[in-house]
Amino acid sequence: MNTKNNTETGADQKQIHDVAIEEGARRLTREKIHSVLSELIRTEGGARLSAYSNACVHCGMCSEACHHYLSNDRDPKLSPAGKVKQTIAVIMARKGKVGPDFMKKACEIAFTECNLCRRCMMYCPFGIDVAYLMLFIRRACHKLGVVPQYIQDTAHSHSATMNQMWVRDDEWIDTLQWQEEEARDEIPNIRIPIEKEGADIFYSVIGPEPKFRAQLIYQMAVIMHASGADWTMSATPGWDNSDMCMYTGDMEMTARLKKVHFEAATRLKTKRIVMGECGHAFRSVYDVGNRLLGWKMPPLPMVHAIEFYYEILQQGHIEIENKFEQPVTFHDPCNIVRGRGLHETARYVVDKTCKTFIELEPNREHNFCCGAGGGVINCGPPFKNKRVKSNRIKAEQLASAKSKGAEVVIAPCHNCHGGLEDIINHYELGMEIKFLADILYECMKKE
Amino acid sequence: MHEIYPLASGFLVWVAFGVFIGGTVLRLVLLALKARRKDPVIYQYFSFYYAARSIIHWIFPFASKGMRDHPVFTIIAFVFHICLILTPIFVAAHVILIMESWQTGWWYLPNAAADIMTIIVVLCLLFFLARRILQKDVRYLSTAGDYVLLLLVAAPFITGFWTYHQWYGFETAGLLHMLSGELMLICLPFTRLFHMALFPFTRGYSGSEFGAVKGARDW
Ligand code: HEM
Ligand code: SF4
Ligand code: SF4
Ligand code: SF4
Repeated sequence: MNTKNNTETGADQKQIHDVAIEEGARRLTREKIHSVLSELIRTEGGARLSAYSNACVHCGMCSEACHHYLSNDRDPKLSPAGKVKQTIAVIMARKGKVGPDFMKKACEIAFTECNLCRRCMMYCPFGIDVAYLMLFIRRACHKLGVVPQYIQDTAHSHSATMNQMWVRDDEWIDTLQWQEEEARDEIPNIRIPIEKEGADIFYSVIGPEPKFRAQLIYQMAVIMHASGADWTMSATPGWDNSDMCMYTGDMEMTARLKKVHFEAATRLKTKRIVMGECGHAFRSVYDVGNRLLGWKMPPLPMVHAIEFYYEILQQGHIEIENKFEQPVTFHDPCNIVRGRGLHETARYVVDKTCKTFIELEPNREHNFCCGAGGGVINCGPPFKNKRVKSNRIKAEQLASAKSKGAEVVIAPCHNCHGGLEDIINHYELGMEIKFLADILYECMKKE
Repeated sequence: MHEIYPLASGFLVWVAFGVFIGGTVLRLVLLALKARRKDPVIYQYFSFYYAARSIIHWIFPFASKGMRDHPVFTIIAFVFHICLILTPIFVAAHVILIMESWQTGWWYLPNAAADIMTIIVVLCLLFFLARRILQKDVRYLSTAGDYVLLLLVAAPFITGFWTYHQWYGFETAGLLHMLSGELMLICLPFTRLFHMALFPFTRGYSGSEFGAVKGARDW
């Protein structure tokens, strides 16, 4: 494993230049910040904010839970409680009387030094949810217009197009038809059903799939076809289940996005939603959007792709012809493991499809985040080096699995792919990354 | 100076317990009302089963991974809290005072045991102090208040030990013992010491979210 530049730690390069943070902060005055922050605390700062602020005994049990802390030579500023100390604790103590420079720093901390992965919550004796507190800061940044440029652009795309990647409605349908055509070369009678009313399954994906990874739609079509599923996709907005607004603190937009997604599924009178292999999108639909819309649980049944694979394997709807040869390891994505407990379900699928499986250590709920999640990768190139260096621990974890023979990392989450790919390249680990669908597609009997 | 002795051993005791109990209840009630208004999710998702499951994993030593990763700290923290809570309740002098006032009382500790437990509390506090100074992340997290708090908690134990052993100036020490004990009780609901009362709620909420909604463990 190559650990080049590991002395130049991410945290020391504070205040990376991001034009939107700079411009946003330039427009602020202390008075404006004070009025926005006090209003936010008054209206949205509830019992959790005060209980978390009061319960923390500054014991540092959370420090070692955080990959940012571990990867930057145990820089105390990157300990979860350290990030709280530099941001929300100051805001509370000064009752919102802080300046633009403070907000710039708080923005960088909340957006790029925390993946909202909630690992620290499992190590704090009080279960203090630092991710919640960092989201509170992001919400404040959103209200103040101090948000990193790249992720804000994504949020703009969401509000203008209801998808993450500025995909136009006709482009979306074209992509589905193009993938259907491609798939027909392999399986002549395959369909990618669009707008099929009353189908069992409403299948939704994230914006980047049609944009960059259209083959995933192809593969899913093959899996659906082989398993005999009755499925459909939406031709109208709502086909995209992703949501970066949840990470910029734009909760109003999150609610709109999730509403459109649920409505597309109900308009087509489908029985349930199956979501593609993405972690954050799952969190936004299962855990965040429903709450914002006033639903205790999602208004119609919904599952992550892993649960769907589990089902069709367990019920024998698809058959595995040849198990995957190369030794694999599995990265537990925070949002579907700490967020939905799918670790054993995923292991069942891996077990059914792969010859040799090597665990990452730690694993399951205790796995380290990929460093990309929580919108951190979406903050774009300005923060890329910092992000990769701030997850040296992930590189070490992967290298250790590699030394036991693992050649392929399975990560059933789009963000994790992006994050792990950067880590594998930077630390020259020479491992391949795959989705579970890649494996299933490769190993199953197709007709 | 010793005129305030009766005050410290009478009226102020009532004040201290009043503020401790009243303050704790009031703050918890206010928090519960605030949660009703602004964090309805807490009530929506609260599950007694999963809350208890999480709390149990955090009040038994080594039941959580975080504790297993830090065995020394865990043992010291547990021993500290046990001695801290039990000593004042079961020390003979306190029980006897209560018997004298109300003709009722409960089992009390042999004096030697109380002595040892008191020393343990003080040593543990010294350990916490050293940890705060020496461990980089904890030092960074520490505020002036954290150090004052250590002193505030140590004071009734040190002065109590002093009084019991009737060392030089023990009468003053006895007075300081009462005053510092009362001060600690009064501070409990309004300082970091309030972690005691918040623990079941923050932990329980975390356990409910993880267990009932997210299908995962949080220990
Ligand atoms: C059952 C509930 C309680 C839990 C879960 C709990 C938990 C903790 C934890 C995790 C620490 C961190 C140790 C450190 O690094 O300082 C701590 C410290 C401490 N606790 Fe508790 N505690 C509880 C009850 C109490 C009570 C009833 C008191 C009595 C007043 C108390 C007084 C203290 C003190 C003085 C410290 C040391 C603070 C410091 O290091 O600055 N705790 N507690
Ligand atoms: S949520 Fe994750 S990234 Fe954020 S402070 Fe906690 S452990 Fe670190
Ligand atoms: S572990 Fe919890 S109580 Fe301790 S410092 Fe971290 S957040 Fe605070
Ligand atoms: S991208 Fe994957 S590992 Fe990273 S935070 Fe999201 S779910 Fe977690």
